[in-house]
Amino acid sequence: MNLNVVYFAWLRERIGEPSEMVETNAATVADLIKELRTREERYDLAFSDLDAVRVAVDQTLTDFDAPLDNAREVAFFPPMTGG
Amino acid sequence: MAVLVQQADFDLAQELAQLGGADGSAGAVISFTGLVRGDSDLHALELEHYPAMTSAALEQIEQAARKRWGLIDVRIIHRFGKLELGQQIMMVAVSAPHRRAAFEAADYIMDYLKSRAPFWKKEHSTQGTAWVDAKPEDEDDLARWT
Repeated sequence: MNLNVVYFAWLRERIGEPSEMVETNAATVADLIKELRTREERYDLAFSDLDAVRVAVDQTLTDFDAPLDNAREVAFFPPMTGG
Repeated sequence: MAVLVQQADFDLAQELAQLGGADGSAGAVISFTGLVRGDSDLHALELEHYPAMTSAALEQIEQAARKRWGLIDVRIIHRFGKLELGQQIMMVAVSAPHRRAAFEAADYIMDYLKSRAPFWKKEHSTQGTAWVDAKPEDEDDLARWT
């Protein structure tokens, strides 16, 4: 499947782009992260502390166990600091 | 639409004038405005957000508050982009029949905006730039409402 993967804040800066299309067979968010980390060092570094990473699948906040079937967009970002 | 995500500044008085409840149904109006505070040589705050998600996340918070406190109206404005010292970042205004509901609802909305609205703040100071970390207390604040 083709996923639009988007990054925000320091994850965007560490990975070096705001979004990219990723061709993957990952079943869950955790699988996708595993796949991304093997790509290049900048991904490995960005995802080295998962306590500092949050995820949304199709614009809904979820967790790393979330399945990716029928997903179109996965967003990775640090804990939000609105208000 | 009572939720606005925008780069432009807002006029609190104008927003309050548009808040529903002045027909006699509301007995209380509470508003909160967040400003860029100048801690440790900070001169600007840059706000990034997730455009595809932000409005929906804010509306979800708004709907939950409306339902829980039987609010008459809610207005939320959250800005993004680079904001200078002293500038307005966001506002929440609620109207309710009674003051306790209005105070509590505004407090609840603020707690959820802090850690469930997809915004990220970057500080610009004389030392350079740094992303603002979420505080553990932010999650404790949310736990107050469950």
